[in-house]
Amino acid sequence: MSDHTENQENYWKANVRLIFGCLIVWALVSYGFGILLRPMLAGIEVGGTDLGFWFAQQGSIISFIGLVFFYAWRMNALDKEFGLEE
Amino acid sequence: MSQFTINLLFVGASFALYFGIAIWARAGSTKEFYVAGGGVHPVMNGMATAADWMSAASFISMAGLIAAGGYANSTFLMGWTGGYVLLAMLLAPYLRKFGKFTVPDFIGDRFYSRTARLVAVACLIIASVTYVIGQMTGAGVAFSRFLEVDKDTGLIIAAVVVFFYAVLGGMKGITYTQVAQYCVLIVAYTIPAVFISLQLTDTFIPAIGLFSEHTQSGMPLLQKLDEVVRELGFRDYTADVDNKLNMVLFTLSLMIGTAGLPHVIIRFFTVPKVADARWSAGWALVFIALLYLTAPAVASMARLNLMTTIYPEGPTENSIAYDERPDWIQTWEQTGLIKYEDKNGDGRIQFYNDTPAFAEEATARGWAGNELTVNRDILVLANPEIANLPGWVIGLIAAGGLAAALSTAAGLLLAISSAVSHDLIKGSINPDITEKGELLAARVSMFFAIIIATYLGMNPPGFAAQVVALAFGIAAASIFPALMMGIFSKRVNSKGAVLGMLAGLCSTLVYIFTYLGWFFIPGTNTLANTPDNWLFGVSPLSFGAIGAVINFAVAFIVSNMTEEVPQDVQDLVESVRYPKGAGGAVDH
Repeated sequence: MSDHTENQENYWKANVRLIFGCLIVWALVSYGFGILLRPMLAGIEVGGTDLGFWFAQQGSIISFIGLVFFYAWRMNALDKEFGLEE
Repeated sequence: MSQFTINLLFVGASFALYFGIAIWARAGSTKEFYVAGGGVHPVMNGMATAADWMSAASFISMAGLIAAGGYANSTFLMGWTGGYVLLAMLLAPYLRKFGKFTVPDFIGDRFYSRTARLVAVACLIIASVTYVIGQMTGAGVAFSRFLEVDKDTGLIIAAVVVFFYAVLGGMKGITYTQVAQYCVLIVAYTIPAVFISLQLTDTFIPAIGLFSEHTQSGMPLLQKLDEVVRELGFRDYTADVDNKLNMVLFTLSLMIGTAGLPHVIIRFFTVPKVADARWSAGWALVFIALLYLTAPAVASMARLNLMTTIYPEGPTENSIAYDERPDWIQTWEQTGLIKYEDKNGDGRIQFYNDTPAFAEEATARGWAGNELTVNRDILVLANPEIANLPGWVIGLIAAGGLAAALSTAAGLLLAISSAVSHDLIKGSINPDITEKGELLAARVSMFFAIIIATYLGMNPPGFAAQVVALAFGIAAASIFPALMMGIFSKRVNSKGAVLGMLAGLCSTLVYIFTYLGWFFIPGTNTLANTPDNWLFGVSPLSFGAIGAVINFAVAFIVSNMTEEVPQDVQDLVESVRYPKGAGGAVDH
């Protein structure tokens, strides 16, 4: 079990990179668009209010679902690519 | 048929279903008791996780919180869903690969220390016990309102039901009951919301109705709502908040806390493979989102409905006379959750924001103070009555509220009893216990956990609202960082992990106790709980995220100053990172 190969190392790096990318989007849609950047998005109107409000109450949740499924799909593919699937 | 009979029928039918499942899904081994045999389909586990997660707070209180706070309380929506992104990417797949039964199991093995395991057990028990009190009281309230029994009797009925399927079936029984409970609660939540959305916006999907036109006025719904509440001195519903730092930290604390709650994490131990754990997190979020996308619509529509009920001619005209109030106000007045006091003696109901800024206008209109207080928890429960829906919808809401409370209570009780039987008894006190003995111990500890939860539900310690914050704070500051470092770092050793957990836990407790009272005893708080006193404007409820940062920092510094992690533990970290390999999936 301790034969720590280059293949495994690359797999783990790819995983960490993927997580990093996903978490940037995660933070952007919630803390960014939903909270901190809301004043900047105030000009964009959505159904009687602004885009920031939409992200805070709906957009972030929809993005989270997309992110989790995207991660599952990519990682399960990476498992196979690196021959590390269960 | 009377409303009472209808409610009894709905609640009785749902309970009969849970009993049926309990008898069908008895657990025969510890593996079945702790992780449902490890063979739950990922979609089904997603559904069970959604019911496990969505408590009485989500079902009953959340829409009311958003209705009262508007945009500012979007924090609950983002915080209670965003945690699943963290769980799916940072914890669930690796802990599934580890393949044991409890959260302290992993912490004990990874940090090769009995102390670390015991600290994790302590954090788990404090977080879960505080959380379960809220569920039991929620069930008690639902019983007393809908089945017209005394609150304590209601609680005992709830305890007996949970006892039956949780003790007999363990995780196996809980899983299948939670799937049934999810179906009951989502149908119950959605149906009244669809009707209200149709009435107000002609749109049958509430989540879309929220951003649609208000049919009666021709204005967008949210603009109409802003206008109405503004006329009565309230803050605009969509108004931005000033203290963004606190909003960010509160959301972050809820997210990290969600990802660190043991009863949610152990649900991912029940799926067959690592790949399934990843999919399952996505499905859990889909099923949660079905309620969480509807909740903000329910919130704004119910708030507007309430306002137009009191001011049928518009907020600038006369409000309704008390004698002409609708039936649902009378019903809820009997429970004391709606209160009316005719302060200016005009026989009408004045409902407005009684603040100095609005005082001049109020005096000009002949008002002598706000006359109506509405408990925000009744919003969802009263929805069918406000929208004039038939009696069976009210029965459905009763069954749904109970399903939400019981499913979460059962999940928490399992997390507590497995920590006692597996981590304390087998892990520390008597490692040679037989499989049969451990299964019995698990059932006995479940029994005592239910007794304690019921007792605390009957005699709530007077801080029911704060305890949920405590549970999230502890999960965020102690459990989540330890788990994450255990997977993503090979450098963090046992000293670092133990001191990190203790630092995160203690700093969070001290900050919460400073403002909310030492051990929550009223009047013992060191500083008044007002925004002016908060350190950098951070509320005690938002401190979990900072506690987590303290935990990370202490663990890294201490680990770098002390010994390297032993090779076999480094190998363990390697093995949880890769789905393939013989290192994981050990059955004891």
